[in-house]
Amino acid sequence: MTDSRSPAPHNVDPDEFVKLVDVVKIFGDVVAVRSVNLSVRRNELFALLGSSGCGKSTLLRMLAGFEDATSGRILLDGEDITAVPPYRRPVNMMFQSYALFPHMTVEANVAFGLKQEGVDRAEIHDRVFEALDLVQMAGYVRRKPHQLSGGQQQRVALARSLVKRPKLLLLDEPMSALDKQIRQKTQIELVKILEQVGVTCIMVTHDQEEAMTMASRLAVMTEGQIVQCGTPQDVYNFPSSRFVAGFIGSTNLFTGTIVVDEPDHVAIESEALTRPLYVSHGVSEPLGMEVHVSIRPERVEVSRARPTGDYNWAHGMVSHMAWMGGYALYQIRLDSGQTLEASVPSLQLARMDAPGIDEEVFVSWTADSATVLAT
Amino acid sequence: MKPPSLRRWVPSSRALAVAPPFLWLGLFLLLPFLLVLKISFAELQFGIPPYTPLAQFQEEAVQLSLHLRGYILLFTDSLYAATYLNSVKMAGVTTLWCILIGYPIAYYIARSSPAVRNLLLLGVILPFWTSLLLRVYAWVGILRNDGLLNKALMGLGLISSPLEIYRTDLAVYIGMIYAYLPFFILPLYANLVKMDLRLLEAAYDLGARPWQAFWRITVPLSAPGVVAGAMLVFIPCVGEYVIPEMLGGANTLMMGRVMWNEFFNNTDWPMASAVTCVMVLLLLVPLALFQYNQVRAQQPGGRR
Repeated sequence: MTDSRSPAPHNVDPDEFVKLVDVVKIFGDVVAVRSVNLSVRRNELFALLGSSGCGKSTLLRMLAGFEDATSGRILLDGEDITAVPPYRRPVNMMFQSYALFPHMTVEANVAFGLKQEGVDRAEIHDRVFEALDLVQMAGYVRRKPHQLSGGQQQRVALARSLVKRPKLLLLDEPMSALDKQIRQKTQIELVKILEQVGVTCIMVTHDQEEAMTMASRLAVMTEGQIVQCGTPQDVYNFPSSRFVAGFIGSTNLFTGTIVVDEPDHVAIESEALTRPLYVSHGVSEPLGMEVHVSIRPERVEVSRARPTGDYNWAHGMVSHMAWMGGYALYQIRLDSGQTLEASVPSLQLARMDAPGIDEEVFVSWTADSATVLAT
Repeated sequence: MKPPSLRRWVPSSRALAVAPPFLWLGLFLLLPFLLVLKISFAELQFGIPPYTPLAQFQEEAVQLSLHLRGYILLFTDSLYAATYLNSVKMAGVTTLWCILIGYPIAYYIARSSPAVRNLLLLGVILPFWTSLLLRVYAWVGILRNDGLLNKALMGLGLISSPLEIYRTDLAVYIGMIYAYLPFFILPLYANLVKMDLRLLEAAYDLGARPWQAFWRITVPLSAPGVVAGAMLVFIPCVGEYVIPEMLGGANTLMMGRVMWNEFFNNTDWPMASAVTCVMVLLLLVPLALFQYNQVRAQQPGGRR
C-alpha cells in the first residue's frame, strides 16, 4: 500500500512519532497506568510487554481512544490526540478477538472503515482488494467471518485495520487466539506484511517470545509503569531489574555484596557460590552494598573438570535434567543449597558424555555473562 | 452391537431426547387443532355436542360428510374478511408501537450496570404478577369519559370536554401495547445483552460515530431479537379477545370477538372452528415458515 497522506506538517522528530507524556489512568480507586512516558519511532514495531493487569491494555485503549487519559498527553505525528474521539483518530486497531462484524462478509468488513470515510465506491473496491491481497485473503470476499479459520479471521482483521492507512496500527495480543503451532509462522508473516506496508505499530502482548520475535523495540510493564524499554537484545542481555530479568526469559539470580568496584569490572561475594563473581562492567555503587547478579542459563557451562580460575564458578550436583531436543535443561544443586539452571546445547552434551542425575559437576561462566542488578 | 434388524426397533438416545417436546406439541397443539378442524367440517345441530359427526355407519356403508357451510360463509360474507384484515392491522400497528417503545427500553436495560439491570427487568416482569383482566380493567378506569385521565386533563384545564378514548380502537391499541410490551422487551433484551461490545469499539475505531455504529452494527445484530419479540406480540394480538372486548367499541372487529360470538352467542361450533382454522392457515403458517427461515439464516451466525 502506498502512502497517500501528506507529509507531517510539523517537524516531528521521527524518534518521537508517537509520544506519551506523563500518561495516567485511574479507574475509581485503581491506578491502571501511573505516569507513563514513551516515545515510539516512525515505522517501528513496538511491543508493550507485561503480565495481565500491568496496564498495557489500558495504555493501548487510550491510544485507540476508547479510554480517556486521567492526565497526561498523547501525541501522534506531532498532533495532540489526547481528547480526539476514536472515530476521528488516524489510528486503527486489530482486536484480540478480531471483532469482525459477524453479519457482514469479509469484503464488507474491510470496506466498513472506507465507507464511513465517504470514499467513493470504485476506490473502496480497489483498496479493499488491495488490502485483502496483501494478506492473501482476496479469494474469500464473500465469506462470513464464522466460515473462516482463526488464522484467516486474523488476516481479515489485519486487512480491515490497514485499509484506512492509519498513521498508527495497534495490535492487541495478536497471536493469543491462534493455535500454538501456527503462531510462530504467523508472527513472522505479520512482521513481513507490516514492513511491506511501512506502518508504525504498537502491539500489546504477555508473551515475551512473541515480543522478542516481532518487535524492533519493547517496553516491559508492571503495575502500571514501564520498567525497561529497549531493543529485545538489550532488554534480554542487560535487564535493569530482577523483575525484568525474570520476566524476559529465565535466569539465575544470586545475591551478594560488592567487594571490588572498578570502572571496568566489579567483584561480588555471594554465599551461594563457591567462588566470587567477577563481572566485566562497573556499577558505581558503594562497596559492601547488597546487589543481585543475573546469569542466563544458556551462559552457564557445565563440566566435570574443576575450572582453573579464581572467579565465576561453583560446585554442585545434578538434581534434574530435562531433554528439550536442541538442548538439555539442567538443574544443579549448588553446595550452598541454591539451585542453578543451565541449558546445555545437544552438541556439547554429546561431546562431554552428558552428566546424569546425582553426578557431581562444576558450573562456570565468563565475566561478560553476568549482569549486576541494583534492584 | 445389535443386529441392524433389531436396532431399528430400539429408539436411539437422540430420539428419546427430542421426544418430550414432540409429545407435548402433539398432545396439546396438534391433537386439539385436529379436533377443531374436524368440528369445522361438521353441520350445526341441536344437542350435545352441537354438531354432527363426520362419519356415519348406515346401511352397510361408511358415510363421510364434509360440510363446508362455515368455509363458504367465511369467503362470501365480507364481514369475516374485514374482520381478518382489521385483526391483522390492529396486531400490526400494536407490534410496530411495541418495537418503537420497546427497543429503547430493552437497549437501555441491556446497557445498564448489572445491578440496575436486574431491577429494571423486575420492573418489566412485575405486571405479570397481577391478572391481565385486572390490569385491563384498570385501563377502563383510566380511559373512561369520567376516568382518571380525563379528570386530570380537565382539572389542569387542558381540555374542556372529556376525550372519547374508552370504547374506541385507540383504547384497544393502548391496552394491547401495554399488555404485550413486555413480550417484546424480554427477547430483545436477551439478544442485546449478549452482544459483543467490542464490535462497537471496532466500528468506532474504523470511523463510525456512535449513532452510525448503532445503525450498522447494533440494529442488524439485534434483528433476530426484534423478530422474536414481534412474533410474540403479533401472533397473540391477532386473536386477542379480552382487550377488544373490554376496551373496544361495538365496531372494533377482531377475530377473537367473532369466535366468541360464534361459540357462545350463536352456539355455532362449526362456524367458530372454521374461523379458527382459516386464521391458523392464513396467519400462523406463513409466520411459522418465516420464523423457520429466520432461524436457519441466523444459525451459522449464532456461533462466535
